Amino acid sequence: MTVEAPKRDVTPTPARRNRGQLTSRGYRVFQTVNALVLTGVVVLTLYPLVNIVARSFSAEDYIRSGRVNLWPRGFNLTTYHRVMSDPTFWTNYRNTVVYTVVATAISMVLTVCYAYVLSKKNLRGRGALVGIAVFTMFFNGGLIPNYVLISGLSLRNTIWAVVLPNAISVFNLLVMKSFFESMPAELEEAAAVDGLNTYQTLLRIVLPLSKAMLATMVLFYAVFFWNSWFSAYLYLDRSEMFPVTIYLRNLIAGATGGSDVGTASEAALQIAANIQSVTIVLTVLPIMLVYPFIQRYFVSGVMLGAVKG
Amino acid sequence: MAARTWRQAIRRDWQLYSLAILPLLFFVIFRYLPMVGNVIAFRRYQPGGDIFGERWVGLHYFQMFWDDPTFWQVFTNTLILGALTLVVLFPLPVVLALLLNEVRTGALKRLVQTVSYLPHFLSIVVVAGIVFQVLSVDGIVNQGLKALGEQTVPFLQQPGWFRTIYVTSEAWQTVGWGTILYLAALTTIDPDLYEAARIDGANRWRQTWHVTLPGIRPTMVTLLILNIGTFMAVGFEKILLLYNPLTYPTADVVSTYLYRVGVVSGSFSYAAAIGLFESVIGLILVLSANAISRRTVGTSLW
Repeated sequence: MTVEAPKRDVTPTPARRNRGQLTSRGYRVFQTVNALVLTGVVVLTLYPLVNIVARSFSAEDYIRSGRVNLWPRGFNLTTYHRVMSDPTFWTNYRNTVVYTVVATAISMVLTVCYAYVLSKKNLRGRGALVGIAVFTMFFNGGLIPNYVLISGLSLRNTIWAVVLPNAISVFNLLVMKSFFESMPAELEEAAAVDGLNTYQTLLRIVLPLSKAMLATMVLFYAVFFWNSWFSAYLYLDRSEMFPVTIYLRNLIAGATGGSDVGTASEAALQIAANIQSVTIVLTVLPIMLVYPFIQRYFVSGVMLGAVKG
Repeated sequence: MAARTWRQAIRRDWQLYSLAILPLLFFVIFRYLPMVGNVIAFRRYQPGGDIFGERWVGLHYFQMFWDDPTFWQVFTNTLILGALTLVVLFPLPVVLALLLNEVRTGALKRLVQTVSYLPHFLSIVVVAGIVFQVLSVDGIVNQGLKALGEQTVPFLQQPGWFRTIYVTSEAWQTVGWGTILYLAALTTIDPDLYEAARIDGANRWRQTWHVTLPGIRPTMVTLLILNIGTFMAVGFEKILLLYNPLTYPTADVVSTYLYRVGVVSGSFSYAAAIGLFESVIGLILVLSANAISRRTVGTSLW
């Protein structure tokens, strides 16, 4: 991509602007309006999320009569008990954890290996190796050939159908490649002089120096796999293999969509709605817990990709 | 020192090349084999049979969707949703980034960024679940309508609402995250340019118009090209989660149709033909957008 690297430090904004129109009345009005607009953005973004949490702790009567807004009404944990006592929910939750861990591990190994190779500017054939990866960003085989392939390889109803087809994200690969490229070449030359071979250099010199970048990549992949549902939906048939995203999807599809609209009683729909809120909260919980800590890593990761990609 | 021949290169760097073997296998099997697998669009494929099909049928399956009225309906839906997405969702992050850039209180800026990035980290299933909850008969939107003395609306059962719901929920989830690259680009603008513009008598609005916007233009063009490239692939997963037979008239797009034709009904060759058509259009779009932007604004992906 074509975004250029920062040329210089950004001057602290007040210094830059104090000399200018900061004092003009029009600009002060603009500042106020701007702050209001942005506060509006914050409220609009949070409102649905807070509402879901409030519903998840509310009594069904209050939800049914549409009286739950930002605060739980008729606070209770009944629905939490109900969802958490469903063995399928726990099986699926555990599956999500397993799929996420296994898939992230595989992805990291493949991405690190390939990115390291791509970062060697003198390597013969490097351009072709980059091209092979980048081309897949613009053209892909499409849903049906992929489906036929996974079926043909007998990967259906195995964990591999979920963890293998998306093992390398080209975006992550390019971010990591540019990170490796930015490492001082002298380090690896010194390692070579000391008699380390390529594998040893990678494991003992390069990776220990890349911990922050590796952590970012692990998070990128882990969030992706935690959130993914479509491969599982496509390739898994048995409910004891589903990740929790499919559990949630089935709740949604069963309650609101599909052909059986109107067949379920209204009360049953309401209970289902309450269960949906609880499942949403439980599905999102791990991400919410780590979000404050991981957000800035994500941001710097994306920046790096944009700057050098 | 670069090796002169392959033999030298391999002898010197075989350990490096060996690291590339597994990733290359991944690309060959899971990315390039499906591309080749598109031959089933030209061959009759039987489920469980040879993955490259049984026998040639030429353009039979392409003729089929050409004559298929449902195909043209979903094609139109795809164009409309794609255009709406592009027109509404492309400018929003630019605007938000410009507004954020004018904020002088660091705390507010950080708060807005932290909160607006958040939905990006939610699973699309969760977002669909939230949409269902918010728009349900007892949801907050209908609560608001009731408070205003209006009738409640079963939003997700009405084709007329689908496009609004889709675009709005997409905006909710993606706009904040979309500002990141613009904010990065904004930090690269040379402050001397603002100084010069001020000396020339430009007010803040003119500074934005003549300095800030040209400064982030390369980023905008790059993202525009990428968006155009995914034009045909409009939110397949999200639509699959949100639509139902009642909303097919506006919600059914090429990719959901081919999903039902192929995976649900088992007409793999027909669905593969539709899919190939879709990805070729996507590729042509991205290539032409790239060529046009290289000629006109001098920015391109390659």
